Formats: sequence, structure tokens, C-alpha cells
Amino acid sequence: MRNLCFILCALGLAANAAAQMLINGAGATFPYPIYSKWFDEYAKIDPSVRFNYQSIGSGGGQKQILARTVDFGASDGPMSDENLAKATGKLLHIPTVAGADVLTYNLPDHPKLKLDGPTIVDIFLGKITRWNDPKIQAQNHGVQLPSSDIIVVHRSDGSGTTYIWVDYLSSVSKEWEARVGRGTSVRWPVGLGGKGNEGVAGQVKQLPGTVGYVELAYAKQNKLPYADVKNASGNYVAPGIESITEALATAKIPDDFRFSMVNPPGERAYPISGATWLLVYEEQKDAAKGKKLVEFLNWAATQGEAMAAALDYAPLPENVQKRVLERIKSIRY
Amino acid sequence: MMNQADSIVPESMATAQPPAVRQLGDRVFKWLTLLMALSVFALIVLVGFELWRGSHLALQKFGWRFLSSSEWDPVNEQFGALPFIFGTVVSSLIALLIAVPLSIASAVFLTELAPPWLRQPLTVFIELLAAVPSVILGLWGIFVMVPWLREHLFLWLRSALGFLPLFQGPIYGVSFLAGGIIIAIMIVPIITSVSREILRSVPGLQREAAYALGATRWEVTRIAVLSYAKKGLFGAVILGLGRALGETMAVTMVIGNNPQIAPSLFAPGYTLASVIANEFNEATGDVYRSGLFEIGLVLLGVTILVNAAAQLLLKTFGGAGAKPQ
Repeated sequence: MRNLCFILCALGLAANAAAQMLINGAGATFPYPIYSKWFDEYAKIDPSVRFNYQSIGSGGGQKQILARTVDFGASDGPMSDENLAKATGKLLHIPTVAGADVLTYNLPDHPKLKLDGPTIVDIFLGKITRWNDPKIQAQNHGVQLPSSDIIVVHRSDGSGTTYIWVDYLSSVSKEWEARVGRGTSVRWPVGLGGKGNEGVAGQVKQLPGTVGYVELAYAKQNKLPYADVKNASGNYVAPGIESITEALATAKIPDDFRFSMVNPPGERAYPISGATWLLVYEEQKDAAKGKKLVEFLNWAATQGEAMAAALDYAPLPENVQKRVLERIKSIRY
Repeated sequence: MMNQADSIVPESMATAQPPAVRQLGDRVFKWLTLLMALSVFALIVLVGFELWRGSHLALQKFGWRFLSSSEWDPVNEQFGALPFIFGTVVSSLIALLIAVPLSIASAVFLTELAPPWLRQPLTVFIELLAAVPSVILGLWGIFVMVPWLREHLFLWLRSALGFLPLFQGPIYGVSFLAGGIIIAIMIVPIITSVSREILRSVPGLQREAAYALGATRWEVTRIAVLSYAKKGLFGAVILGLGRALGETMAVTMVIGNNPQIAPSLFAPGYTLASVIANEFNEATGDVYRSGLFEIGLVLLGVTILVNAAAQLLLKTFGGAGAKPQ
């Protein structure tokens, strides 16, 4: 009898689920924790809609929204002109949250390092090869730097984290821009490749003299040491939620929201950060779905943003949030 | 000739069962199995075709240069597969060098020498090793194996064999050698299990005959067992090699992911399968995606070539030893 009841209940639930509207999305892995939190929370506010998000990577997200196999895409980098031209309608970039890359290292006694952009570029170009190089020492008075070799560790998998990193290096160095350039994967002049944040962090933790970059959230959660970086207005700034939001607030953001926020002019801005975007068609083909999607986007850009800091993402500053809400209004269904 | 052959078989069997029923059953059975066998073939052709179709942009743009170029630059869309081919072949060779003696020795021990109470538990353990997911082995590789290699084995190798270019240069831990070792760990259970089955299928009479001639245990194993099972063991090795060439996750985590052709086994390298796993997710450009597809095509090609070469090797040298029956 109890079994029967259980089966009936299960069937009832299944029927209920079928009545729900399902909105599909796919793309970036970096914002996956905050997005799944949003979808969970939003299910409590509007139980009639369920979000299904596949974190398959930004490349896949762009491809799927272009093919319209999903209702929204997500990407850690803005789409290229070439890819955007393939869209069968106007695709909007909706920035959601931002994150930062930090420079982590393995040195005896874990000193706190301060570095500027050109020094980081020279390390990653293989021009500065020893830790006690005068350029590093000059910025770190009183820190006992070893004479050992610097071993660079970078991401081997294509990732938004890498994009932000090389975007920053390109913005501070013409040489980097010409020799390596920007991309989710690049041809690294020197170094070892680690797969994922954990791969890079694993190498750095074990191998003395290594230096690498990981996401701020990952570095914080795993208590890795990371450097303060000199920003465009000449201050050494520690990466953190406030300094990233400040970077967003002072970055130059064009009307289509396809922006890079590295090296912004803000005084307290951390220079190596990047936003992540949802990709949505301006013209929604399914009116009912479009309406629900817009409702969700509005919620995410307001209440949703408040949950970001707890998960180590930087929320949008007020000036950007206002523009984003304005843009969401332009979605038609 | 055909008619003769055809008519002889049914006649001899017709005595046992009515011919019509037997023939129908046989025919259905024959076609059914043929279909199954063909489906495997079709699958490989289909995979090859899809890879070829996906890679047409890169094929057009780079042509044969793709195989000989060492440049891999996603930003400027210049792609060449040579360092990846090199890494795949080198890491697989290292893996075979380590795994083959280990596996065949284990199989010999299990079938010929081990006391019965040890046989079963050992077999279970070896098969358990095959069940460890690749990503777990990879993580173990990063956190346990690589540090140990770096601080002990590699230092020892460099001081003992440092006169060879193979064991020179800076030691990072992650390297061709680390990749090869992790693959070896993954293919040992496969080669061991298959070899064990093959050695078990060697008829007892073979061994008894050798003993009767006064052979020692080692001689029995060498002459009566290994020689007899040579072809089968070779097949087991090929099976392991297939896995080695395509192994992805664990290798990616310990090989260092640096597309270079270096003489030293301590240097970081890269494999064909690893670059696909690493970069496909975020490959947004058409040529870039296409280049990764072509890497897949090259991997398929390398696998087929290596297998063909192995078959040829078997044909050329396999005939010299004792043949079954």
C-alpha cells in the first residue's frame, strides 16, 4: 500500500514537472557555481519555470546559441565579430558577474609579493628567469628572494581564465600582444601546462620556484598565496570583490557590452579581471519562454547580484547594473 | 570446386537434423553475426568520415604541412601536429617498455607459478586496477607520483644515466617519462588479464611433454608456454598499445602539456588526445575547431598505422618460433 502511494506520488511529481516550462542554457564553466545558485533560488520564487544549464565551456555556449539549440548561451569572453555575424538575429551580451585572475607562487616562507604588469609580462615571456632579478627585488624591499629559476605554469585547457590573463598581458605590453596575443588558448613562450585551476595550483604547490595564475575564487578557497598587482593609476592593489567591482565601475564599457575590463583607470581597481556574459537573442521566438527569461534576467541583475560576493564573484556596480537593466528591457517577445 | 565444397558440408550434417531447418538457422546466424561484425567496421569508417568532414577547413588550409609543422598557435590560427604525434608515440613507447615485461611476468606467475590460494586474490587486484577511473589516476599522478619521481627516481636516473641525452636537462616532474609511467600503470591490468587468459589456454600436454623431456620450470615456461602463446601475447600487447595511444585524462595531468619535441624524457610534452581534451571546449574559431578535428583524424591514422606495423612485425618475425599445433 505504501509502495503504491509512493509510486502515485512520484507520478504526480513527474506530471507536475512536465507542466513546468524548461529553459535551456549552455556555456561558460567559470560562472557555473553562481548560475546554479541563481537557478535554485529562482525556482523558489517562480516554480513554474525550470532552468537547465550545461557548463560545456564558452566555445560550446556560443556555438549552441548561434544554432539556437539553447534558449540562452553563456560565455567568459565577448563573442568575436566573426562569430556574431553568424547569428540569425541580434544577439545581446548581458554581463552578469566578474572575477579576477591572481598570480600565485611557491617561494620559501610564502612572502607577500608586489608586482607590476611589465614584470609579469617579462616573467611569462621568459625574459626574467630568476627570482632575485633586480626588477622583482626593486618592488619587494625587504623580501628575501631566492636565486632559483622561475618556472612558469599556465593553463593547458582553453579557458576564460587564460583569456583574462593574456588580455591583461597584451594590454600592458606591445611585445606580448604581437608575439602571443589574446585567446582562450595561446602559444606560450615558456612554461608547463596544468589542466584546470587544480592542475596549475597542484604544480605550483609542489614545485618550488613556480609561478602561475588561477581564478581568485579558487586561490581563496584553497588558501594559495597571491601577489598584489600595480594598476593603471600606480597603486599596488590586492585582488578582492571590492577592487574587482571598482574595476568594472571604471572600465570603458561600449554600448553592446562587449568589453574588456583589464587595466582600468580606477584608483583602487585590481587590473586583472574580466566579466562573464549571458547571450540572449533580442527577438525571442517563443513568447511564453521569452517572458519568463526576461523576468529571470531582471531578477538576476537585481536580487541575484546580491548573492555573488558570498561565492567570491564580484557583482555589477550600480552604473553598469542600470545599463544592463535598460538593455534587458529591449528584449522583445 | 565451389559446388563440391558447398555440397559436402550439408550432406555430412544432414544425418543429424532435417536440412531445411538447420540451413535456415545457420543462414540467419551467419547473417546476424556478419551484420554485427560489419557494424564495428562501419563505426570506424563513420568516425573517420566525421573526423575528415570536421577537419576539411584545416585540411584545405594546411595540407600535409599539418603533419610536419611544429607550430600550434590558436591566436594566429597556425596549426601543426608534429609535437603531439611525437608526444603520443614517445609516451606510448615508454608505457609499453615498462608494461610489457611487467604484465607478461605477472601473467606467467599467475598461471605457471603462483600457489592456488594466491592466484585468485592477485587476479582480482589486477582487475581492480583496471577499474580505477583515469581522472583519479591522474590526480594521484599529480599529487603523489610526480613529486616522488621528481625527488627520487628522476634524480637517480640523471646521476646514473645522465650521460645519455634522454636523461639530461632540468627536472620538473611532469614530463614524457611521467606520462609514460602513468599510461603503463593503466595498461598493465589489460595486458596482464588478456595474457593470463592466453597462457591458461595453452594445453597442459605441452607442459607435460616438456617436463617429460627433463626441462626445468623456466625451460618449460619459455619453450612450451611462451613460445606457444607468442601470437596471443602479441595481441594482448597490441590491445594495451591501443589504450596507450588514446589515453587522455591521466596523461594530460602529468605530461606537462607543452607542445615541443625534446630529446630529454624529463622535458614536458603533449599528446594528440590531450590537446583535444584540453582545447576543444573553448575553441571558438572555425579553423581552430577544424584543426582539433584534424588532430583526431591524425590520432586515428597513427593508431591504424601502429596497429598495421605491429601486424606486419608479427607476420615477419612471428613465424620463426613454434606455432600452435
